[in-house]
Parts: sequence; C-alpha cells; structure tokens
Amino acid sequence: MIDKTVADLREAVAGIADGATVMVGGFGRAGQPVELIDALIDAGASELTIISNNAGGGDLGLARLIAEGRVRKVVCSFPRQTDSWHFDRAYREGRLELELVPQGNLAERIRAAGAGIGAFYSPTAVGTPLAEGKEHREIDGRTYLLEHPLRADVALIGGLRADRWGNVVYRRTARNFGPIMATAARTTVVQVDEIVPLGALDPEAIVTPGIFVDRVVAVGGRRWLRAGEFVGGVDLQGEPLAGSAADSAAADTVGGHR
Amino acid sequence: MTDRLDRDALARRVAADIPDGAYVNLGIGAPTLVADHLPPGSEVILHTENGMLGMGPAPAPGDVDPDLINAGKLAVTELPGAAYFHHADSFGMMRGGHLDLCILGAFQVSQTGDLANWSTGAPDAIPAVGGAMDLAIGAKDVYVMTDLLTRGGESKLVESCTYPLTGVGCVTRVYTDRAVFDVTPDGFAVRELFGTTTLDELRELTGLTLTMVDEATTDEESR
Repeated sequence: MIDKTVADLREAVAGIADGATVMVGGFGRAGQPVELIDALIDAGASELTIISNNAGGGDLGLARLIAEGRVRKVVCSFPRQTDSWHFDRAYREGRLELELVPQGNLAERIRAAGAGIGAFYSPTAVGTPLAEGKEHREIDGRTYLLEHPLRADVALIGGLRADRWGNVVYRRTARNFGPIMATAARTTVVQVDEIVPLGALDPEAIVTPGIFVDRVVAVGGRRWLRAGEFVGGVDLQGEPLAGSAADSAAADTVGGHR
Repeated sequence: MTDRLDRDALARRVAADIPDGAYVNLGIGAPTLVADHLPPGSEVILHTENGMLGMGPAPAPGDVDPDLINAGKLAVTELPGAAYFHHADSFGMMRGGHLDLCILGAFQVSQTGDLANWSTGAPDAIPAVGGAMDLAIGAKDVYVMTDLLTRGGESKLVESCTYPLTGVGCVTRVYTDRAVFDVTPDGFAVRELFGTTTLDELRELTGLTLTMVDEATTDEESR
C-alpha cells in the first residue's frame, strides 16, 4: 500500500540538511507553501540554496527564511518587490549570492531537470548581460544560449488537494511552478488544503501525478474558500477584510491556511 | 501641452490596433491599461505569464482571490473560456511563437528594434528581470508603449541603447504620447502623429533621421 501522507509539517520537512538546494513553489504569494517554509525554519536547516521565482515579500514564508539568515544563495528571476526588504538587505550586505535567471529559462531549466534533458538551447537573453559566459550557438539562422537543468534536493510546493498516492490538483494561478518543480527534486513535498480519498480526484484533472510526489501534508483550508467554493472577503495576502465572512471565520479557525 | 496623448488615450489608441481573436500579453505598468480599452465584444485573449489565458479585469475588493493574480501580482478575474497552465507551458507559448502580440514598457528602444526595459544599469540597484527577456523575443509582434521622452527630457527612441538590453531587434512598433513609430530596416518610420506634433519636431526631440511611413507600401492586412 502506498501512503505518502505525513502526519504533520515537522515530518513533511524532515531530513532537509544544511547546504541543501530547495525549490520553493509560488509566484509572489500565490502558491507559496508558507506552512512548509515555516516548518523548514523551525527544523533549523541553514546555508540553503533556494530556487524560486521571487525572493519573498513581507515578513512571511520565503522572506522570513531569508530574514532568519538560513539562505546562502537564491536562484530566481525577480527578487525585487516593493516589500522584499529582507532580501534587499541581505543582498546589499553581501550575505547572500544571487543567480538571476529569466523567468522562462528558469521554468525550462527546472522542466529539463525533471524530464532528463542534459541541456538545451534557448533564444532568451541573447545579446543581453545575462548571456555573458554562456555558450552561443546558431541554429537555422537564429542564435541560442546553452542552458543547463536546475535540480534540487527538495521541492516544497503548495497545492489544493491531494490523495495518498500523491496525485495533486492546484488552484488557479497558484499552480505556477508547482507541476515542474515536483518533477525536478529528489524529494517533493506538497502541502494541500485537504487530503481526499483515493479515487476522489478526477483522473482527467490531475495536474501532478503521484509518481513525482514523495510526501503530502494537509494544512487546512484557505480563508477565501468555504467547502471548496470561493467566498472572498480577503486581501491579496489572504488576510480577512474587516467585517467579512472570512474575518468571523478566522476568529474560530485554528491552523488554517494563511 | 494638449498635443500629447495621456496614458488612457494612448492605451485606447493601442487597443484599437489589436485584432479580434488575438492572443496578447500586456506587460506590467502602463500596458495593462490597454485591457480597459479593448473594443466591446471583441475576443482578444489576454495571457498572463504566471499561467493563465482568458484573464479578466480586476475584481471588486471583496472578491479578491489570492490564488488569481496577474504577472504584476495584482488581483484579476477569470473569463469564460479561461485556462490555467504551469510556467513551462506558459513560457513555451511565448518562445514557441504562439503568442500574437506583446505590449511592453521601455527605458529605450533603438532604431534597429533593440529593447532595454529591465535595468538602468545603476550599480546599487537590485537586479530583477522576470519574464521581460522571454516576452521580448517570444511574441510574433512586440509593441512598446511609452512616453517619447524621459522625465529628464531625453528621447527613449535612440540610435543604439545605452542601458542593458532586454532583447535584440525584437520591437516592431512603438506607441508614444506624441506619435506612433514602426521599426523598419531604415530605422524609425512615423506612422501617425498626435495633435499638433510635426515630423520636424520629432526629429529635433529624438535626434534621429525619421521618415514617414509610406502609406502606399503599408499593407495593414499583412500584419
């Protein structure tokens, strides 16, 4: 019998060593596995290399991991945000290294790792400062750059629902990097709102098949959903608007999805 | 200065050139205004590179969905027929030449169509590129929407870019507050003048040898 469900967040992030390379899903706040990152901070690993589109905003999740001094290097496309103060400070103080990768190359390098591709030629960034030091090659009259796969020890991903085989569905644009990161790490850990019985997910609608997933952990429903239906009443960070249904629900919800 | 278009009027002007049925990506900032001016009833399908086709306008404040955002990380909505996909598919749509049009902002555009819009090269700046380089080389057409001049009064249309490039020879047309320019093998050609702006005035502002688009040889249908 296959059961990839783990009991709690501590178990979900167990075994992530100092110096590990960790992929973190999400685009901005959408799909960012905040609860898994909190658990990673509690677990104590440091000197991490983080592969993610952004480098965190505000004081939660990836931003807090950086603020806590656990990150040695960030591989990402867009670290700068209006609220990326923790990254900005660490970068300016020379406390972490940055590898800047155009977003599409970042995605394709992750996909290539998961698909067993040795390397590939991409037209993106030709003629720009980000092409420096890369092998150039002309194919059918167009210039390309050699790009290498990006793989990780662990991927931390935010999904909506999963079953015990590790099949995962996502929600709207929170899908973003989840499906490709799930394929590119030695250990893939997915946090979801709920774990459903085997067979409850429509096989035609499964986005990440369980073969790519090692651990799933349930973290509770998001404030803007009620019984799976969108009810709103929150801001972009998922914080309840004053007086909304989500606000009153938040008062009696413990451990709900942030 | 009543002879310059404001941002909304410029967005309306750009929107008027987008054909029904086009798949379009609107860059962060001013280009997102174009969405508000698409002709009613036209089915222009908006792509947002974080993983969606069929993006709709911003929701009412109470209906913000943190799982439904655009590339600028702002709340959006889902239109009937919308589709979600992961990042590798999303950028494959660009790189693979499936996207008809991309509209971007710019720091500089050169007369050979080079685009600089991601970095001013300031030594203390934190670098961030996002999807700009993928967008610049991916779409079939890349339009730039910008003021002609910087706040300091310098022309954004230049002989060659001094800022770090985003893409080489990728821009096909530039919509500015004073005129619309095509990028041609002979440099910038003025397609349309706004208000009282004249060709001589544009030559003076840009320092470039500008020509007028030869209407006789312009085949609008071929675009």
